[in-house]
Amino acid sequence: MSSRQTLLETKGLEVGYRSRRGKPVTIAGPISATIRSGQLICLLGPNGAGKSTLLRTLAGLQPSLGGAIHIMGDPSSAQRTPAALARKISLVLTDPVRYSNLTAYSLVALGRYPYSGWLGTLKEEDRRIIAWAMEVTGIGSYADRKIGMLSDGESQKVMLARALAQDTPLMMLDEPTAHLDLPSRIRIMQLLHKMARQTQKGILLSTHELDLALQVADELWLLQTGGRLDRGMPEDLVLNGTFESVFDKEGILFDKRTGSFNIHSGHLKKIGLAGKGVATFWTKRALQREGFEVTAAGQAAMDIRVEEGAAPVWLLDSSSGRQTFDSLSGLLDTLRNQFI
Amino acid sequence: MMQLRTNQRKRKTIQLAFLCLLLLAAFFLDIALGPVRIPLRSICRIVLSLPGEDSTWQYIVTQIRIPKTFTAVIAGCGLSVSGLQMQTLFRNPLAEPAVLGVTAGASLGVAAVMLAGGSITTLYTIRELGLSGSWLITVAGCTGAAAVMLLVILISRTVRDNIMMLIIGVMVGTVTLSIISIWQYFSDPELIKDYLMWTFGSLGGVTGAQLYILGLAAFVGLVISFLSSKMLDALLLGENYARSMGVTTQRARVIIICSTSLLAGSITAFCGPIGFIGIAVPQMARSLFATSNHRVLIPACCLIGTILMLLCDVIGQLPGSQAALPINIVTALVGAPTVIWMILRKNNLSIFG
Repeated sequence: MSSRQTLLETKGLEVGYRSRRGKPVTIAGPISATIRSGQLICLLGPNGAGKSTLLRTLAGLQPSLGGAIHIMGDPSSAQRTPAALARKISLVLTDPVRYSNLTAYSLVALGRYPYSGWLGTLKEEDRRIIAWAMEVTGIGSYADRKIGMLSDGESQKVMLARALAQDTPLMMLDEPTAHLDLPSRIRIMQLLHKMARQTQKGILLSTHELDLALQVADELWLLQTGGRLDRGMPEDLVLNGTFESVFDKEGILFDKRTGSFNIHSGHLKKIGLAGKGVATFWTKRALQREGFEVTAAGQAAMDIRVEEGAAPVWLLDSSSGRQTFDSLSGLLDTLRNQFI
Repeated sequence: MMQLRTNQRKRKTIQLAFLCLLLLAAFFLDIALGPVRIPLRSICRIVLSLPGEDSTWQYIVTQIRIPKTFTAVIAGCGLSVSGLQMQTLFRNPLAEPAVLGVTAGASLGVAAVMLAGGSITTLYTIRELGLSGSWLITVAGCTGAAAVMLLVILISRTVRDNIMMLIIGVMVGTVTLSIISIWQYFSDPELIKDYLMWTFGSLGGVTGAQLYILGLAAFVGLVISFLSSKMLDALLLGENYARSMGVTTQRARVIIICSTSLLAGSITAFCGPIGFIGIAVPQMARSLFATSNHRVLIPACCLIGTILMLLCDVIGQLPGSQAALPINIVTALVGAPTVIWMILRKNNLSIFG
């Protein structure tokens, strides 16, 4: 992968908007970053940090407030006409498209806009690429259905197919997995990951799916509320604590050992847990949700011992003796009563 | 699946053939009907320019009815297509020249010419002036239409909401009409009468050179519109997506303003403000042809718009009587229930449904 080509590079980029009186209001920056071919980059950050603004600025939909964006080495901004950009960057936005009354096929076919004839006529090559885009996104079965009749997940896949049909080296997606159910989210992320690998596209997407992003991204861009952008490999960012520092403020706790987030409820009550296996793992999750800080057995006033098996059994040791439970809900009921 | 598609195609062909037949019938009916009763046989002979017919009848058919029918064709095409373009640009099913004040703008242009110039420039004297006067009124109408369209677009850039957009259009139209009213209030009653007659709308009276000018303006507008059909398709997804596909949105707006004001402005200048065609026809075209592709929709709007306009004109003649209703009243009476029916049938007007 040493032949990875730089597709987009920013130097000291400042993004934001101009107020009514024309005064620039910077939301994020200065940002110096690169997108290389074959890379899947996830842009993460709290609401309002400026993820969409950054994406829109990189895509040329709104002007930057300072700094430079070089797309595929073009030195001058004269080359950044919409027509020239359309062959370099394709987009999936959050703008509503349901009302266009287009069929899934004609919507995907619009992706060929930069290449089709002056009346929008499609050549054999165009049809081949449209068919390919519909096949990899798995939307062939509803080609003739109107976009307004499709579910959120289906229509998002159609928009993704449209961007793929545009056949550009760079792809940018603004929250492509919002409003989708978990399987669809995972499928779209997997698909994008595969696309980056197979077609050597550089893909940048903004998302709130921290868990998924950690798993599929080659690189993370963490945009903080102050406008600072940290970037790096997901694992590096976790290990050096950057990841935690961005998200740890809002009452959630990032667990480095499991790579997942725990909701922390303020006052933590300690409880010991002993056991190995699936039932122990889920017991821990349930206890954390209840607001317990789970430690090794013997370090807290109370211990839970899980006996794994086809039907797990939970043993609770406390000052009032030993109690046995055959379900987690029974155990938690007792714990709740003792702590009120 | 294939079977389904062939069946669909067959149905489409039958539908198209039916519409073409309807067009021919409406076209012929519009020539055949009028306050003066002329036998069908004679009409056929006159249309085919066979000799030996009554010279009065010949005059009525060739100088009055045929120009009027062609005016109806031009108005039907032009108003429907300008409505279609505005609906796509504003992403709003209720946008049309009359709703968003473009017709009012054209009226202001016409009123400026008619009322400002004093007694020499009433609409009828302008018509007497021939070529130069017709140009004057066309330019005035188109300029007024373009000015309002520009204003609405400028305001709409800060407002993203569709409903807000409509309200702004209606308000701009209302302001424009009040300016005309102020003007009327201080004008000579004779001139006001002329202007009032014009606002009722009329397809008649556009003859000779005027018909050529109207035809030319509408033709140029339609050609611009058809050539921009690819761009209009992209605009269906909104300006951001359109831009990302290579549309220069500023240029797109200018092109659409040009062709819409040419179409709506020139037609309004000669025929008066005619409403509802621009709103009802694009909806019908979309649901009949089940597509959003402008390459299909623009000709479809021309076809359906022409049929509807001719039928409205036929109804307006009140067949069998000597009287005739102004076209503006008929299109409103036919158009408004059509829109209501379409909303009820769908139970919602899901923007482009």
